[in-house]
Amino acid sequence: MSDQVELLLQVNGAARRVEAWPLERLLDVLRHGLGLKGTKEGCGEGECGSCVVIMDGKLVVSCLVPALEADGSSITTIEGLGGEAGLDSMQQAFVDEGAAQCGFCTPGMIMAANALCQGGRTMDHASIREGLAGNLCRCTGYMKILAAVRKAGGARP
Amino acid sequence: MGESAPRKDAPAKVTGRAQFVDDLTLPEMLYGVTVRSTVARGRIQRIRFDPAFEWDECVIVRAEDIPGRNVVPLIADDQPCLAGQVVNHAEEPVLLIAHEDRHMAESARRRVKVEYERLPGVYSIDAALRADAGAPFKSYTVAKGNVEEGFRRAKWVVEGEYETGAQEQLYIEPQGVLAVASPREGVTVWGSMQCPYYVQRALAAVFGLPEEMIRVVQCETGGGFGGKEEYPSMIAAHAALLAWKSRRPVKIIYDRAEDIAATTKRHPSRTRHRTGVAPDGTLTAMEIDFTLDGGAYCTLSPVVLSRGTIHAGGPYRCDNVRISSRAVATNHPPHGAFRGFGAPQSIFAMERHMDRIAKTIGMDPAELRRRNFLRQGDTTATGQVIRERVELPALLERALAESRWEEKRRTFAVTNGNGNVRRGMGIAAFMHGAGFTGSGERHLRSQVAVEATAEGKARVLASSCEMGQGSKTVLCQIAAEALGTKLEDVEIAQPDTAEVPDSGPTVASRTSMVVGKLVESAARDLRRTLDQSGLLEGRTFSEACRELVKRRGGFKSWSRYQPPPGQWWDDDRYSGDAYGTYSWAVQVAEVAVDLVTYETSVTAFVSAQEVGRVLNPALAEGQVEGGVAQGIGLALYEKVVYDKGRVVNSQMTNYIMPAPGDLPPIRSIFLETPYEFGPGGAKGLGELPIDGPAPAILNAVEDATGAAVARIPMTPEDLLDALERTHE
Ligand code: FES
Ligand code: FES
Repeated sequence: MSDQVELLLQVNGAARRVEAWPLERLLDVLRHGLGLKGTKEGCGEGECGSCVVIMDGKLVVSCLVPALEADGSSITTIEGLGGEAGLDSMQQAFVDEGAAQCGFCTPGMIMAANALCQGGRTMDHASIREGLAGNLCRCTGYMKILAAVRKAGGARP
Repeated sequence: MGESAPRKDAPAKVTGRAQFVDDLTLPEMLYGVTVRSTVARGRIQRIRFDPAFEWDECVIVRAEDIPGRNVVPLIADDQPCLAGQVVNHAEEPVLLIAHEDRHMAESARRRVKVEYERLPGVYSIDAALRADAGAPFKSYTVAKGNVEEGFRRAKWVVEGEYETGAQEQLYIEPQGVLAVASPREGVTVWGSMQCPYYVQRALAAVFGLPEEMIRVVQCETGGGFGGKEEYPSMIAAHAALLAWKSRRPVKIIYDRAEDIAATTKRHPSRTRHRTGVAPDGTLTAMEIDFTLDGGAYCTLSPVVLSRGTIHAGGPYRCDNVRISSRAVATNHPPHGAFRGFGAPQSIFAMERHMDRIAKTIGMDPAELRRRNFLRQGDTTATGQVIRERVELPALLERALAESRWEEKRRTFAVTNGNGNVRRGMGIAAFMHGAGFTGSGERHLRSQVAVEATAEGKARVLASSCEMGQGSKTVLCQIAAEALGTKLEDVEIAQPDTAEVPDSGPTVASRTSMVVGKLVESAARDLRRTLDQSGLLEGRTFSEACRELVKRRGGFKSWSRYQPPPGQWWDDDRYSGDAYGTYSWAVQVAEVAVDLVTYETSVTAFVSAQEVGRVLNPALAEGQVEGGVAQGIGLALYEKVVYDKGRVVNSQMTNYIMPAPGDLPPIRSIFLETPYEFGPGGAKGLGELPIDGPAPAILNAVEDATGAAVARIPMTPEDLLDALERTHE
């Protein structure tokens, strides 16, 4: 294997230097390199959405982003939202509506939902379903997730 | 109780702090991988290790390294932990490798070549039933009345054959285990699982150690649905064997393709019905033949078969019933537990068959069911007298009203003449037995404890695993009510065999009803102690607990399972009270079929159920919505494709589960009739909602298009075929 490379990233507002193998994915850098375990791997092939994070303002599927491509970028993960003491409005809505069952899809779902609700659009269930098309949940049947997104989305400034 | 108390585990889950097994690391930890068979049946000839690879950096485990028995013990003890000379299914574990770098471990796996002498395999139920194939894992006969006599009284005899395919549980968190092991310290594993005590028993056998030397801890578990009932024992044994040999912690996490290809799935099934029907539409005789494909090893097939068999006659009264069933051996990877556990398969057949009967005799499908529902005092096929009030007629009326059945069917009858979309409505009515079958709960003898803690809380100790269903919250609610205190005063231990008693596996919709009842009685006992010692006078609950611990140096109250009075079951004759009680449901699906693409979408879904008292409405709705979603997947999307016993679509790109846009609004309605022997009146719920969607949907497709499809999943190609046959 060739040598590790050093990457410089802005992660959740802080500058982070991290070593990565050239073939690693952004997901590996976050979970293994930086110990940010809130981002999950459900499939490793871009289908389930458990690994989505915000990179330079856009939602990306971190299991498909080569680590090298993320060099110099700014990343927000679930750890960059509120902690247990101060949940952000989407996290709070997921709690209130019972939208997290097993919780494995939840970090990705919340990142995607936040990206979808940017700008405070109020959405109907059909457009939320479309907006979350890349995020799979096996537990909920999505009903409570839709309710949470609707609630938090409507409350956005 | 009866309130939607917020989930105890929600804050950790929405912040990404909940710890799943892959989030754990230990110093010096190695990553383990599994070399698996590439053929479905064969004799191992040779194992070649690529000489260009640095094998000294790896730890390798083969069958001969197993210190105890080479078996994953369950019912028949026939499944090896690692294949010895022969393999009996594709993806059977042959050899284990660990390396400190996870990429290198994977690359090592690819550099092992196992050569086989291929042997002929069995890949279908038909082939397995041929005379020369081996004996079935298990068979049952259930008989009541006189079937021949029933057929003589019939005006019509209606026959049908129905099939269901394999289904992958597809929990979003793949399976995994982290292990440490040594002869002196014993074995400790942390993993994603439903049944810590199953894993403990398996590890004790594999290592030849007493159970006290095996500690099993459940991590946060990202969905199970039955898929993490038996297979975690296998992974735990593998990780622990590598740890035993390397003397370092070893973690095995499956990737998605390995998880789909190698771990258990829902048993494929075939059911044949022959039913006698009297002029007024009542059923005079039912003859049912039910077969499951068990796969290459026995695993849980006998009990899956038992549940499927008992549910095969549906929630209908009939004096003359004969059900014969068997689980056959094939060379598919072993099939196993999946929510519903055999019942969705046989109920699919029964409920499609009811629509076939309705069509044959020219009766409305709702009316046919109404005339045949079991009533209080009736006996089921196993001779169980239904002692409770059966709410099926009320559930049917609610489901029909809520789905606007009459009005929509009238409208669709007109609009279906135009354009390329056909719409239809379908019903399924069913029951689901809660808890283990027959004498199962009596043999389990589950135990639960509730303790007072020095911090002033009551703490529930049970081996029931939270995997999303909300058990932590519900068990705490039950304890809080029995203790007469606030939910905040109650906490629950993470399942860890070193700390919690064996309250049985987290399966069979038994957690709220059976384990919950034990929690209730242990909590009442603690309350009694607090009352009798006068500790609650002038103290808050929390202060009283603290005081109790101070005075007595700790306090735990225990409870052990007692069967409800009067329950009897005969294991040999397979008759009696198959379950302590049943939950009941009627579901209605509305579908739209596109005649250009032949795609079917479910446009509305109503699920009306009676599950005793609802302990937490939000959690209960979540169970119904999730179960219905999986049932829709089973009906329309989820197809496991095998090629000579190997799963070829082992990715989420080609094994398709419902995405947000694929599902309709799901409406759940609960009728509450408290159950005398459940905690706070509750019965089981978890599995019930997955029993009905598939038949309801295919009934609706037939209503929309006239195409009578008898096999699920129903792909657009299957529908096209069926339509062509209908129009011939
Ligand atoms: S893990 Fe990245 S999409 Fe599934
Ligand atoms: S909550 Fe379990 S996968 Fe979504």
